[in-house]
Formats: sequence, structure tokens, C-alpha cells
Amino acid sequence: MSTHAIRRWERFTPEQRFLRFAFYFISVAAIVFSIKNIEVIPEFLYDAPEQLADFFQRMWPMDTAYYQKSVHAALIETLNIATLGTLLSLTMSIPVGIMAARNVVPIKPLNMLAQLILVSSRSVNTLVWALLFIAIFGPGAMAGTMAIAFRSIGFVGKLLGEALEEANRGPIDALTATGAPPTSVFLKGYWPQVMPSFVSIALFRWDINVRESAVLGLVGAGGIGMAMDTAMNLFRWDQVAVVLSTIFVVVIIAEIAVSAIRRRII
Amino acid sequence: MSIPATHKTRVAFIPNWPLRIGFILLAFYVVWAMGQLDVTWARFVDGLSAGQKFLGRMFPPNFSAEKVEMITKGLLESIQIAVIATVIGIGLSLPIGLLAARNLMPAWIVWPARALIAVCRSFHEVVIAIIFVKAVGFGAIAGIGALVVGSIGFISKLFAEAIEEISPKQVEAVRASGAGFFGVLIYGVIPQVFSRFLGFASYQFDSNLRHSTMIGIVGAGGIGGSLFSAFQRFDYDFVCAILLSIIALIIMAEVFSNYVRALFNDNLALLDYLRNRRATKLSQEKSAGLGAS
Repeated sequence: MSTHAIRRWERFTPEQRFLRFAFYFISVAAIVFSIKNIEVIPEFLYDAPEQLADFFQRMWPMDTAYYQKSVHAALIETLNIATLGTLLSLTMSIPVGIMAARNVVPIKPLNMLAQLILVSSRSVNTLVWALLFIAIFGPGAMAGTMAIAFRSIGFVGKLLGEALEEANRGPIDALTATGAPPTSVFLKGYWPQVMPSFVSIALFRWDINVRESAVLGLVGAGGIGMAMDTAMNLFRWDQVAVVLSTIFVVVIIAEIAVSAIRRRII
Repeated sequence: MSIPATHKTRVAFIPNWPLRIGFILLAFYVVWAMGQLDVTWARFVDGLSAGQKFLGRMFPPNFSAEKVEMITKGLLESIQIAVIATVIGIGLSLPIGLLAARNLMPAWIVWPARALIAVCRSFHEVVIAIIFVKAVGFGAIAGIGALVVGSIGFISKLFAEAIEEISPKQVEAVRASGAGFFGVLIYGVIPQVFSRFLGFASYQFDSNLRHSTMIGIVGAGGIGGSLFSAFQRFDYDFVCAILLSIIALIIMAEVFSNYVRALFNDNLALLDYLRNRRATKLSQEKSAGLGAS
């Protein structure tokens, strides 16, 4: 085959190369634009190290008595908000997640509706959900719990829907062939397949929610953030330090607990 | 051909008593916790009418010219914060993630790096933003600082885990050819983790964008400031307009970063991507056969 032209191998087609270049170009343009236009007050930057040093100096020594006085109760409230919010979101996200799975519910409009619910739940931050629920239920832990629950629907529902879509067809077909009604097909066909990932999604979200519920108090939705807000308004940085270290310890413990449980289940 | 009398009837689904007891305990916890948090039906019903009034005041959203100007200004600042914070955050996470990878680094480097990541991870961006507002004053710089810290906590950890999962063969091969540390890094490690890293980075950009719309609540720049003050002034139709703009921005960013991931990881062109996923699978296989060297 001497007439055969020498073939040059190229990794990307011209279109791919162009698209990649376009991405790099957009990125660089965005960075340059951002740096040029961001409003910086240089006077504030000059004394930042001093301010930071002063800040940490005021934090030390910590006012450890503050823990017993108000942090402990607030901490329990935070954990309750996170747990109850997660449970509430699980009950709400199971139907939405099922509705989002295209193989379980092969009805296009319902899939779209579920996606819409999931996207709007995820796009609104927990703090904004908290502000909305404070306007509805008044300040306090109830607004915080609802905020955590509504923000988590998007996360849990999306992952549950994806897990359902990846479920193996075999058991489903077998059950359908025996004439099982849809509920049985779901409970004995889909559910056992997605159960492990559902548990791990729920635990993962609980872990995130512990951290998120710690800031809810800053807008008045209960929990340990309230204790922090009070201490900050009084410029008691030694008390803020107590709150911060409590959050740190609890988040680390939650993470260790979650990964231990996940290892045992999966 | 009768079944022997000793044959026990098999129960198809054996009841799982520990699980059931667990659920009963959980139910007790829920009741107790609801009492603790003062979550009651009466409050819920009260809330419904308040919620109705609230929704009534939110609609129609206030998109008058001056409000739109405020929204655009705020959103632009949020985007700028997110872009700069992602770039700096990734730049710092690369070395920190590398230092925290147990298969490449000795223990005395790994543990301090992991501790730093744990500290960055365990605080919510808004809490970090408060500290930065105190340190560098109100404005976008505080927001950038807070999001950089948050990005370090997230990307470094995942990056370290990705490095720990790489195949050692290529690393050994590069090392056997006499490459120094950086040679090993560039030719043995980075190619293996690059596509996952890109995924983390684009995810982090999304996440930074979400948070950058929020940190304004504590004065760290972006649209959150306008949102919070609108809430405090009970200016709910403006709140609604801001929320709708934020949702639109975030959805656009999500679509964009999904496409970037598809472009870099699967070599998908725009048209392939817009087609259905099943169709893209095919073109993926095609490009794997033809395009990939």
C-alpha cells in the first residue's frame, strides 16, 4: 500500500481543540476581569496582620465557663436541628427522588417536575431557606430545622434518583414477570439495591448538616450560632473562641462517626 | 410425591428485629427532639397562614430598573469573588493536597497538612467570613479569603485521596527511568489524577458561587448583603427578585461546569453533549477508538 498517505494522529479534533481553547480563553478573561473590577480598599489590607493578631490575642485565654453557661444547651439544639432536619428531608426526598428516576417513573412531566424541585432546593442556600422560614414560623429552632430539611431535599433526592437509575434491571424484570404489583416491585426490586447508597447518602448529608446548622443561629434560626452571635455582639472574643472550638470538635467527631458507620454498613 | 411433614415453610422475607427496634427508638427520638425544639403542629398551622401572606408579598417579584441595577452589581461582585477565590484556592490546594498524600510524603509532613485541611473543612464559609471581616474589614476581600479557606478544605482533601488511589506502577516506571521528584510528579502522578481534579475544581467553582451569594450576610461582599437588608426591611418582592436571579445564575453555572467536565473528561463536543446521554455514549466510544492516541 505505497499510495497510502502518511496518517498523522492527532489527539483532538479541530472542534475539540477549539472548544478547549475557548474554555481557557473564557477562564483567563474571567480571572482578569474579576481582578480588575473587584473593589478593594487597600487601607483595610495594610493593617490586616495586626488586626488578625489582635483578634487571636483577644480570643486567648478562652472563657471556658461560657461552655456550661450557654454553649452546651445550644450545641444540643444544633445537633437536634441537624438530625431532625435530616430525617424530615429523608421523608420528603424519597418521593421526589423516586419521581426523578426515569426508569422507575417513566412519565416525562413528572421527571421534569422532580428535577425542578431538586434544583430549586439546591440552589437556595441553607441560610436563605432559614431567612424564608423565619419569615414564616418566626425565629427559632423550628425555622432552622425546616431550612436544613428543605436544603437537603435537593441533595438527597438527586443522589437517590441517580442510584435508582443505576439499579440492575434483572430483579425488576423477574418481579414484574411474576405479576408483582408496582409497590412490591419497588420495595423488593429497587429498594434493596439502593438501600446501602441511601444510608450512606443520608449519613453524608447529616455530617454536612451538622456543620450547616452551626451557622443558622447567625440569622436567628437557633442552635450554636446564636451563642456565637451573642458573644460577637458583645465583642467577647474569648467566648467566640469557645464556640469555635466546640464546633470544630463536634464536626470532627461527627465525621469520624459517619465514616465508621459507613465502613460497617457498606 | 408429598412434601415431608418435617419440611418447614420458608419465610421469604425474614423480619429484621434489630432494625425494627432501631426504627422504634428513632421514632422516640423524633418525638423527644420535636419537644425540645418546640416544633409543634399548632406552630406549623400558624406558619401556614403567615407563609401565605409572605408568598403574597413576594409576588410579583420587583424587577424595577434600579433594583435590576443593584442585582447585577451584586451578582457581578459575587461572581468575581467566586472566580478569584477558586483560582487562589486551587493554587493553594494543589501543594497542600500533595503534602497530605500518604503514599508520596513522610508522616511528619502528612499529619500537619491533614490537620490544616481538617481545620479549614470544619468551619462553614460564613463563620470563616466573619473572622475575615474582622481581619480585613467589610467587602469583597473578606469574602475571597473565606472562600479560599473553604476551597482548601474541600479540594485538598479530595486531591489527597485521589493521589492516594493512583496506581504505583507508573510512578515506579518514571522513577526507574531516573526522574527526580518533580519528574515523577509531572509524568507519573498528575496525568493519573488530572481528570478527577478537574471535576473537583469545577464542583468547587459551583460551590464557591453558591457561597459567594451568601457571605454578604456577614458583610463579606456580593449580593448576600442586599438580600439580607431586603429581608430586614421586609422588602419581600425584592427578596424574590434576588432569589430568582441567584437561582438562574447557579443553574447556568451548573450547566456550564457540567459541559466543561464533559469536554475535558469525555472529549464531547457541544452538539454531542446537547443530544441525549445515550447518544453521547456512542460518540464517546467512537472518539475513544479514533481520536484518542
